[in-house]
Amino acid sequence: MDWTAFSLSLKLAGLTVLLLLPIGVAVGRLLAYRDFAGKGVAEALVALPLVLPPTVFGYYLLVSFGAASPIGQFWQTVFGRPLVFTFEGLLIASIVFNLPFAIQPMQRGFEAIPSDVREAAACCGMSPWHALIKIELPLAWPGILTAMVLSFAHTLGEFGIVLMVGGAIPGETRTIAIAIYDRVQAFDGAAAARMSALLLAISLATIALTFMLSRRIGRRLG
Amino acid sequence: MRRPLLIGRPICGCRLLRLAAAALALIAGTREPALASAEEPLVAAASDLRFALEEIAASFRNDTGESVRLTFGSSGNFARQIRQGAPFQIFFSADEDYVLDLARDGLTRDEGTLYAVGRIVLMIPHGSPIKSDGSLDDLKAALADGRITRFAIANPTHAPYGKRAEEALRHKGLWGKIRPHLVYGENVSQAAQYATSADTQGGIIAYSLALSPTVSGLGSYALIPDEWHSPLRQRMVLLKNAGATAERFHGYLQQPPARAIFRKFGFGMPGGAS
Repeated sequence: MDWTAFSLSLKLAGLTVLLLLPIGVAVGRLLAYRDFAGKGVAEALVALPLVLPPTVFGYYLLVSFGAASPIGQFWQTVFGRPLVFTFEGLLIASIVFNLPFAIQPMQRGFEAIPSDVREAAACCGMSPWHALIKIELPLAWPGILTAMVLSFAHTLGEFGIVLMVGGAIPGETRTIAIAIYDRVQAFDGAAAARMSALLLAISLATIALTFMLSRRIGRRLG
Repeated sequence: MRRPLLIGRPICGCRLLRLAAAALALIAGTREPALASAEEPLVAAASDLRFALEEIAASFRNDTGESVRLTFGSSGNFARQIRQGAPFQIFFSADEDYVLDLARDGLTRDEGTLYAVGRIVLMIPHGSPIKSDGSLDDLKAALADGRITRFAIANPTHAPYGKRAEEALRHKGLWGKIRPHLVYGENVSQAAQYATSADTQGGIIAYSLALSPTVSGLGSYALIPDEWHSPLRQRMVLLKNAGATAERFHGYLQQPPARAIFRKFGFGMPGGAS
């Protein structure tokens, strides 16, 4: 069992969820309540990572984040280390790739709030911030929690992008999914089996939790 | 009527979110991998070294108390990653051209050191209908009578052992016939994993992997004549960001204990010491 890889994966997934939480709430709420020009395009862009092959995404990341790219050079001058083959690079990739998993359930969660409730809050003189914290977030929480659970599990399992931009560096970019691949190549079937069983258990727990939460949203809607 | 329900739930939801955020903050707080990276240099090594270099790194740790972090892959992939800024401090290439190219572009400290010469073997898993015959005569016969469905080599486009396997098969005039049956490992260690599984009838892999205790029990192997392919001259080099530990590990590899381990894994040694 490669505990370094496992804790690295947990850290990556945890930070991804943490950073996606405000992004998801802001964008999910916007898409749920506002109508604006290009909303269809925005929704399509958010959903794009669902269908985009991870290697394609990885390739574009290499091209746009690499040492030869303007973003890569900017990062290098500011932080003194490259963006590809580092944990930070993986984190950015993981945030972008998890956008649909975070935003869509949150959007559904916000949409499930009856509009009269929000209007009542506004009539009572609640500021938008106050209403968000006291009314909307508490009501949308099953959607928000689903989003967090899904992005967490999805990050743990991500393989294609990590392989493309990660470089399998122990303690930096060798996540649990990569470690399984590496152990198989090293003829270490026992370790691969243990790590795979662990990921299977986590995935099962995730899907059970997600189904439970989405039933709760359904009940609320009905 | 809905009100009581709506008010009852929110508090618990909020608390859950806060709990989740606290748990995440805890996870985010662990920073030890970054600490370790400062002391333990990162080593990129060709996959044929997987077992030999692990043994050398263990003996280096015993002798000096210092450790290195090993990553194995295909030499071509590592060369590309080094160009893109990967933070490796030492690079072991199964094909010296990758090192010499990097040196020409100023990405390494010098032109590096030739540390070993590799060999390829025909690896046949237990139960395969093919004989482990280094002259590849039985492979030729097997291709003619249909005993071959799958044959593993490393990817010739970026794995030196795959390139040499292709050269040997071409030398024997088998390349055209065997191509439809080939499965390509991403590096030679994956090719070895394929070649020893029951899903292929064999493959061409690194001698150093066939000699390792893990792999040798999975089948039989025979050396392929080294005049059938260009030599696998393996070169190691310190990269621009190499630190003191990396330098000591690099020096350690040229000492008798490390050379003995290389020899045990079937590598020819430069300087006539083999």
